[in-house]
Amino acid sequence: MSGLEELKRRLEEWEREVVAPLLKKFPERKRAFLTEEGLEVGRLYTPRDLEKWDYVEKLGFPGAYPFTRGIYATMYRGRPWTIRQYAGYGSAEDTNERYRYLLGIGQTGLSMAFDLPTQLGYDPDHPLAWYEVGKVGVSMPAVTEMDMVFRDIPMDKISTSMTINATAIEVLSMYIAVAESRGVPRAVLDGTTQNDILKEYIARNNYIYPPEPSMRYSVDLILYAAREMPKWNAISISGYHMEEAGATPAMEIAFTFADAVEYVRWARERGKLDVDAFAPKLTFFFAARTNLFEQVAKFRAARRMWAKIMRDWFGARDPRSMVLRFHTQTAGVLLTAQQPMVNIIRTSLQALAAVLGGTQSLHVNSYDEALSLPTEESVKLSIRVQQVLLYESGVADTVDPLGGSYYVEWLTDQIEERAWKYLEEIEKMGGMLRAVKLGYPQREIARAAYEWQLKVEKGEVPIIGVNVFTEPEIPKVKVLKVDPAARERVVGRLRQLRESRDQVRVRTALDNLRRAAEREDVSIFEPIFEAVKAGATLGEVSGVLREVWGEWRAPEVF
Amino acid sequence: MRDLERREPARRKVLVAKLGLDGHDRGAKVITMALRDAGFRVVYMGVHQSPEDLVRTALEEDVEAIGISILSGSHEELVSDLIRLARGRGLDVPVIVGGVIPPEDVQKLKEMGVFEVLLPGTPLAKVVEVFKKALGEEG
Repeated sequence: MSGLEELKRRLEEWEREVVAPLLKKFPERKRAFLTEEGLEVGRLYTPRDLEKWDYVEKLGFPGAYPFTRGIYATMYRGRPWTIRQYAGYGSAEDTNERYRYLLGIGQTGLSMAFDLPTQLGYDPDHPLAWYEVGKVGVSMPAVTEMDMVFRDIPMDKISTSMTINATAIEVLSMYIAVAESRGVPRAVLDGTTQNDILKEYIARNNYIYPPEPSMRYSVDLILYAAREMPKWNAISISGYHMEEAGATPAMEIAFTFADAVEYVRWARERGKLDVDAFAPKLTFFFAARTNLFEQVAKFRAARRMWAKIMRDWFGARDPRSMVLRFHTQTAGVLLTAQQPMVNIIRTSLQALAAVLGGTQSLHVNSYDEALSLPTEESVKLSIRVQQVLLYESGVADTVDPLGGSYYVEWLTDQIEERAWKYLEEIEKMGGMLRAVKLGYPQREIARAAYEWQLKVEKGEVPIIGVNVFTEPEIPKVKVLKVDPAARERVVGRLRQLRESRDQVRVRTALDNLRRAAEREDVSIFEPIFEAVKAGATLGEVSGVLREVWGEWRAPEVF
Repeated sequence: MRDLERREPARRKVLVAKLGLDGHDRGAKVITMALRDAGFRVVYMGVHQSPEDLVRTALEEDVEAIGISILSGSHEELVSDLIRLARGRGLDVPVIVGGVIPPEDVQKLKEMGVFEVLLPGTPLAKVVEVFKKALGEEG
């Protein structure tokens, strides 16, 4: 009798003789246990759940195809994840101070948050911008502000991630210009531009232009980085915001890969390049929720899928093109305003999921973020969570510690299967660009968000402090308020810049930019860089592109 | 009990929008769906709406209440301008604000004339109840 047959016999015996009598006396606490994806979780997982499962095919070894267990052979034993808290608010001075504080308490990389006017291509004195200056990130209208943010921060040593999309080239240009003015060439700059416009249409809503010119803009940055900036990650293709908008774990990774596939196709076509010439520039960004095992499964499934997509769909040969390098942020939507200290426990579990899932860098949300931007005190705790995981818990001491768990492997396969189905669905529609215009991912995500909320209402999804174990009052916690004078400071300096710069040079640069935007066969990167370097403001550069390309109005989703 | 016979037939037409440049529209969309399921007619304006856009649409569509969602921290100035503009044009419908709002700002918003402020975690049933109350439908 084979091992599996023997197992089957013993399992049935156990169910009959041990489980059944027990259930009569002590029924289980729910009729069905479901994951957030809606998968039904079994009572016990054994080798029977992995009957046709092959170790070498499904997992292999870390650092080698299909990379399920991790992208590096030694993972955190050799290379800890980067502790990278998303930060920035007010004016350049406020943000510089926050960055130096974060680096001082053990952060190992920077992650720049920009305010909404910067993300949407408006100068701070534009009427639509006025209300929002410095509120959710730093105001960044010109190269002079970037210089102040990086005062006393070594740009040749620190890696900087920038959450910037519709104006990514403008902002990266400022970063390069400042670094080069300090003698740091662009070739040594290390960091990431998010530069993922597709997910803006799907979930995040910080888009400016219609999808086609926006794709060209994004791809021109990717191709530029492939030529000139060997250490720069040109794009961070993001599922995080889709999860925040309501996507299930399988949707999150499938829609992200559908976006990625679109960028790869465009870059290959536009750059007339082999995929291996630019694919190593692509990085990813996912969310970590509290549902621990399903999240770990999601990350593992994602690595395996991406390797397969790159190798089999695009014929990549360089392993660096196949590895899924990703940043993780704990899920902001799971923070509660009620009993906010409980959020520290949630984010610790979420961070654990990210680490067990093999993330390359991590942001842990702060407990007060359902109420306002985090204070110095709350963000310090977020960094400490990461340090406890890295230095005290031992979870970073071996590669993929959950690999081989019957349950986690089963879940990994299930999530992967569902994600492939979504991906195929989008392929059938003609790819993500088309699906976005049809409103398909937007609708799927909104539907999932509403279904989730209805489950919360019914108590099927318990949330401590919200629908169970509630307390009458939301406690007063110290919140961060952006200094109203920040806006005056930025606008004052901007007006000065507009007067003092070489006007002829700026006008010429903007004219060149307009001509480049009107054609399709030239890169938009260099003309933007020249304009920014000459002292053109972000609003002026985006203004030219708005005139040539127009603005996007979202399709009526409902 | 209200004298139901003397009331105009309920139109239950409300507007939901994202005021300002903030793109977080999950809450606004979920609330739109919940209100529709509860029998409201919702004009959903979506993201990136200025106070002017909102007041114009509210007047054109003749809505009975306005629900706005702001998660960017710019609620004080935006709501204050919205209400000033609305009252200036004779639009006097209840305004309900939801989003990431520090509890200490709730009173300030109410003093500006906001009907109710709904913080994260508010049950949909409560949201619907607040809109009904805003339309004078309860008890």
